[in-house]
Amino acid sequence: MKYVAGVDVGSTQTKAVIIDQNKTIVGRALLDMETSMVTIAQDAFKAALANADIAEDQVLYVVGTGYGRYNVKFGQEQVTEISCHARGATALFPGTRTVIDIGGQDTKAIRVKPDGQVGDFTMNDKCAAGTGRFLGAASYALEMPLAELGSLALKSQNPVRITTTCTVFAESEIISHLAKGMLPEDVLMGVHQAITSRCVSLARRVGIESEVTFTGGVSRNVAIVKLLEEAVEAKINVSPDAHFCGALGAALFSHDRAFGVQARPAAIAA
Amino acid sequence: MSTDILQAAQTRPLAAAPFDARAEGQRLMKDWYTGLAEARERGQHVANVFVMGNAIEILRSFDFQLVFPEINSLQTGVRKASEEYLRLSEDYGMSPDVCSYVKADVGLILKEQRHPAGLIPKADIAIASNMCSTFIKWAEIWERMLKTPAFVLDLPGQRGGNWKARPGDAQHAADSRWIEAQFRDLIQKCEKITGRRFDMDRLAEVEERVNRMMFHWNNVMTLNRVCPAPFNAMLDGLTYIGIMNVYRGTPEGVEFMRRLEEQLKDKVARGEGRVAEERFRLLFSGTPCYVSMRRLVELFETWGGVFAYSDYLTFASGGMDAGELVYDTSRPLESLAEVTALAAQRGLSNQFFAHERLAQQIRDYDVDGIVFHGIKSCRFVSSGMADTRDYLNKRLKVPSLYIESDLIDPRYWSDAQIKNRVDAFFETLHQRGGAAPLAAKAVAAAGGSPA
Repeated sequence: MKYVAGVDVGSTQTKAVIIDQNKTIVGRALLDMETSMVTIAQDAFKAALANADIAEDQVLYVVGTGYGRYNVKFGQEQVTEISCHARGATALFPGTRTVIDIGGQDTKAIRVKPDGQVGDFTMNDKCAAGTGRFLGAASYALEMPLAELGSLALKSQNPVRITTTCTVFAESEIISHLAKGMLPEDVLMGVHQAITSRCVSLARRVGIESEVTFTGGVSRNVAIVKLLEEAVEAKINVSPDAHFCGALGAALFSHDRAFGVQARPAAIAA
Repeated sequence: MSTDILQAAQTRPLAAAPFDARAEGQRLMKDWYTGLAEARERGQHVANVFVMGNAIEILRSFDFQLVFPEINSLQTGVRKASEEYLRLSEDYGMSPDVCSYVKADVGLILKEQRHPAGLIPKADIAIASNMCSTFIKWAEIWERMLKTPAFVLDLPGQRGGNWKARPGDAQHAADSRWIEAQFRDLIQKCEKITGRRFDMDRLAEVEERVNRMMFHWNNVMTLNRVCPAPFNAMLDGLTYIGIMNVYRGTPEGVEFMRRLEEQLKDKVARGEGRVAEERFRLLFSGTPCYVSMRRLVELFETWGGVFAYSDYLTFASGGMDAGELVYDTSRPLESLAEVTALAAQRGLSNQFFAHERLAQQIRDYDVDGIVFHGIKSCRFVSSGMADTRDYLNKRLKVPSLYIESDLIDPRYWSDAQIKNRVDAFFETLHQRGGAAPLAAKAVAAAGGSPA
């Protein structure tokens, strides 16, 4: 059996996915970012190989994606995470027309055409407002693990309105609300609402069309999922593999090159 | 629309083209800055002008040495020195949100007019039009910091979508009379400053040279409708537009544009493009990031993407690029007012009602996609982009990319993020079935405006 892989080197975590000739996921790995993007890419790939219980020489093609895609030195090609998230999302949910991806330091909205191609996309600018980093600031201020934020926020009865989406100012605003005696769940819900509002505003720029698929690490946050559903007034798709969506898309591009016919959109050598 | 220029280029005999537009452009700019530094020694009077709505023809007839503060500021970016000037002005108290051209200029004042290209003389008069609201505030800064008197030109712009005041209608006549009256005031001021009488014949001479420059400039622009495009509008084009501005109405300016046209005709005849393999023809909308100009172009050319056209070349030439604006030198002042009214309308409407013009240019230059560049410190040129992009995307199905940085502030350039967007844009174009081999693209021109 031969395999292909995708490695998504993001700003806070690196994800690797290995698929077989039938496009079935056989291995996954998720590692927190370290100082060296080159090393973390290799480590994630090796961890995915171990998870799939296969040898490296069984993998025919590797595509790197994410901000650190050029650090996937052992890969044959780089594809942006915009194309990869669209590809991964349509593989997981073929009816996908809009992809919302909230990662560690960026948020993107992608409009997908009926044929699965990227129609348009938009991303946050240099500022990390409204990204996963914002939740990181809340986690730090509340001294609470990231994984617990969403479920606690859902207990809120009177959400506090957070006036900033600026990650730098968020922490002091959260602390000042807590100092005034606000409940942590109410403050947290305010934080989640602020992120969702920013994210939906971004998505409206490309036009939100159903079905909406939510990808990226923040898709594991149940409160953001609920708030997004309320904002778009529809159920949104969240796969258990949503966190791996970019890496899955990269693996599917690898599949095209190794087993398919789709030409590589190569840049001209500088 | 005539495409004679293109047919002539196709049949032109091949000849050696010793003219190097880039080197010649750099030489002229160097000479220009030397001229600025020596202006006072020569006893020349000095005027600050902007690239849009500036009455250069009148000032040249009085032999004013012209200073273009916008070009000085962008040159700090090109020379990788802008951050020092920007930080000086911010330390002085200017908000980071202020136009970075203004801030770099305030930095220049704080450095006692010492520019990386040489000493910039203080002006005897500044001409500021309302074509950009910041121009007037900028002139007020000179009044306050340098005691330079400002002359404000009120140029009527376009009043609404699809509204145009054209020659022959009453509104255009009224607009022109209003501008002409202001020019007469300006002439009186210039006479007072220089101690010289206004010479109508000299004004006509300057206008005649501007007409010749415009003739060649329009031919140059038309030549870029050919595939492969002989020049990149956002790299080579910026050199050309620099000469168009600072040498406007001069013999050197006429000669540069004449030789440039000749050189590009030769390139077209040889089938030689800006890049070895032109895969995508693009249109750049907005103002460039001068501090990362080469990097920006490189990001696109790596994918075989060439900017065949940019609307920057329209508004940075004061709206004078369309070929129809020609001075009637038999009545120089009236004609200057009429052309200024039309050019101002074109320059302003280019920003406020861009969608129709861009749609036409997309057709004329046969482009595959459009790139919008939003400027952090200039909402004036950036605020309408979202609507224009939406229109072109949804109505005309033209793929587009929006990137954001600044005119000259390197702190707003985020290379990884911009590269990410550019790469994703080309992946999208590729998925659409772009990247067609050269032979499959129309080599013939797509028609265009008269030369």
